[in-house]
Amino acid sequence: MSEITASAAPPLPATAEKLKFYGLWAAAAIALLLLPRIFSSGGSLTTFSLIGISIIFSLSYNILLGQTGMLSFGHAVYYGLGGFLVIHAINIIGANKLPIPLPLVPMIGGLTGLLFAVLLGWVSTQRSGTAFAMISLGVAELIASSALILRTFFGGEAGISANRTKLLRVFDWNFGPQIQIYYLVAAWTLIAVIAMYALTRTPLGRMCNAVRDNPERVQFVGYNPHVVRYLAFCFSGFFAGIAGALAAINFEIANSAYLGALQSGTVLESTYIGGIGFFIGPIVGAIFVTFLSLGLSDLTPVWQLYFGLIFIAVVVFAPGGVTGLAMMHRPLLKAGTLMRVLPSYLIALLPTLAMIAGFILSLETIVHYSVNPGDDPHIKAFGVSFDAASPLIWVTAAILLIGGYLVARKTWTWVGYAWDEATSVAREKGIAA
Amino acid sequence: MLELIVISSLNGVLFGMLLFLMASGLTVIFSMLGVLNFAHASFYMLGAFFGFQTSRWLGFWPALLIAPLLAGAIGAGVERYGLRRVHKNGHVAELLFTFGLAFVIEEVVQIIWGKSPVDFRVPSLLDFPAFTIFSTNYPAYKMFMLLVSVVIFLGLLIVLKKTRIGLIVQAALTHPHMVGHLGHNVGRIFMLVFGVGTALAAVAGVIAGPALVTQSNMAGLLGPILFVVVVVGGLGSLSGAFVGSLLIGLVQTFAVSMNGSLSGAFGPLGPAYASTWLSDIWGVTIAQIAPIMPYVLLVLILIFRPMGLLGTRDT
Repeated sequence: MSEITASAAPPLPATAEKLKFYGLWAAAAIALLLLPRIFSSGGSLTTFSLIGISIIFSLSYNILLGQTGMLSFGHAVYYGLGGFLVIHAINIIGANKLPIPLPLVPMIGGLTGLLFAVLLGWVSTQRSGTAFAMISLGVAELIASSALILRTFFGGEAGISANRTKLLRVFDWNFGPQIQIYYLVAAWTLIAVIAMYALTRTPLGRMCNAVRDNPERVQFVGYNPHVVRYLAFCFSGFFAGIAGALAAINFEIANSAYLGALQSGTVLESTYIGGIGFFIGPIVGAIFVTFLSLGLSDLTPVWQLYFGLIFIAVVVFAPGGVTGLAMMHRPLLKAGTLMRVLPSYLIALLPTLAMIAGFILSLETIVHYSVNPGDDPHIKAFGVSFDAASPLIWVTAAILLIGGYLVARKTWTWVGYAWDEATSVAREKGIAA
Repeated sequence: MLELIVISSLNGVLFGMLLFLMASGLTVIFSMLGVLNFAHASFYMLGAFFGFQTSRWLGFWPALLIAPLLAGAIGAGVERYGLRRVHKNGHVAELLFTFGLAFVIEEVVQIIWGKSPVDFRVPSLLDFPAFTIFSTNYPAYKMFMLLVSVVIFLGLLIVLKKTRIGLIVQAALTHPHMVGHLGHNVGRIFMLVFGVGTALAAVAGVIAGPALVTQSNMAGLLGPILFVVVVVGGLGSLSGAFVGSLLIGLVQTFAVSMNGSLSGAFGPLGPAYASTWLSDIWGVTIAQIAPIMPYVLLVLILIFRPMGLLGTRDT
């Protein structure tokens, strides 16, 4: 028996590996502490808080999609309900002067998310795959529509608000200024990320992966896939509730948009764009998508269209997301053949960028003519001004788009060749690609 | 009361048949390709807007033909150049692709036609009351909608049961791999089925556009109900989709026309706490909860019959 254990269990990590592992978390904590010293403006603090909330929410979503293989279209339900309960809780605590400080309040949101996941999860997780996706959508619509009917509790269209500064103070912090909210969000983000990472290392986390990969085999081994899915669903609801609670504390308001399909769609998109195959993927996705939505909305009026197109492009060309793309290069880096691929990337980048520029140019021109044809044709998009009425621009756009496409197709085949060569060298050196 | 029952049944059957126009395409696509087309309701919306634009230029009757053809061509293109590429990445990627597509289509429609409803009118030829029943005028256009959906339903039935293509499609519903092994050009059948399915959704859009509101959020409103229909009926079951469509259509229409509430039924017995936040539950009328009825039905079906009413496959 001990022989089997010895051969099946991975070797205990060496001290150096342990140091590296804990050092990584310590480094993350220090980075979170120092971040507001470097970027101290109010706007960047708000952005960081939003990113922190988005990281918890996306990671909780990835417990479902990435780790258990359940595609949910209604994850915002647990986020939103957590937010609503927290707003009510802050009001009740403030009115009755209960001895509960604000830093503990997100726990109420988490428990709310857990409670509703326990209630709704058993029915939802009976089926997996496409049926689960549709069921999650239906349940989400049920809750979101009910929220509009139950006006007294959910506050109708306007939502309900609260004052976070009236709670019991610890260390004389009243959580009025954004910097204190930043530290609150950062602390909870770190705790939640560590907890969710720990969850992936537990036997339950491993069984989740097994249910994702081969539910039939899991049944043969003696587990009930439904129960495993249900447990994963409950954990996911708990962390989504924490994220919703932090969002409610950050904005001091909760409204029906928290529960809606758009919120569910956003978390799905940021998780997938980041990459569902790796633990760090949703973190990357949350950071990327938050910056993208903040940045794009300044650059162009139709930023949501670009966002949708970027999402489709990731689904079609990079199903592993941003992290998946980066991780593909790890074996090459180990084998030292990365330099063989990089030049071909640089060559391919030029026509691809030209194609994208041509696409953006034609899209902005078309948008100009369909949205406000009577206006001044001198429009500005992505910081560049141009005359949408001039044929010169049309010709340039067409040349960039079509020419860029034709050349880019050629160059990407070269990238393919270079890639194959580099990976085969890596494989010969015994590094699994 | 009788008036209410007759009118609501007519409206319910009409709404149900419209749902079935879309659910049938969705079901056949799901059974054959294994992917639930999240953008199916978006093609319904495209049909409505294409119909609106063509009816401006050429009139309603050409629009009834051109708009579905156009939407069907786009659908076939999406299958050929989008879904087929994504297929190797698995069903999740395919579903997400159609999810992104639904998002993009809604944005594009908003850019072209704006966010407010467009003025898509009933053609003057059909703008008269068909008959008067219990002092209610029933519009001829609604009868026309019913007629079109019944004709298409019968046409589908004949194609599926009597033709060779129908035979292959039927076989592919239950044994998609075997059909491929028998040497049929599965790729082309998929493209055809996707095109026809989306064209059917577009037909529903064109005929529903003038009667309902043609607006850029119509896909978002109808889409979830459509998915409830196919899950309630049983994923991948065509007859299930038919039963589910009629059921949801009737439930929702009857709920809208009822005014009862808990406080109305048990008024004098109202508990003291009924005036707190529970007052919403206490005072809400059945008509007000009509929008959530399909989802309540979904949860009930899932508890008592997880496969759906007529479902057999556990996919």
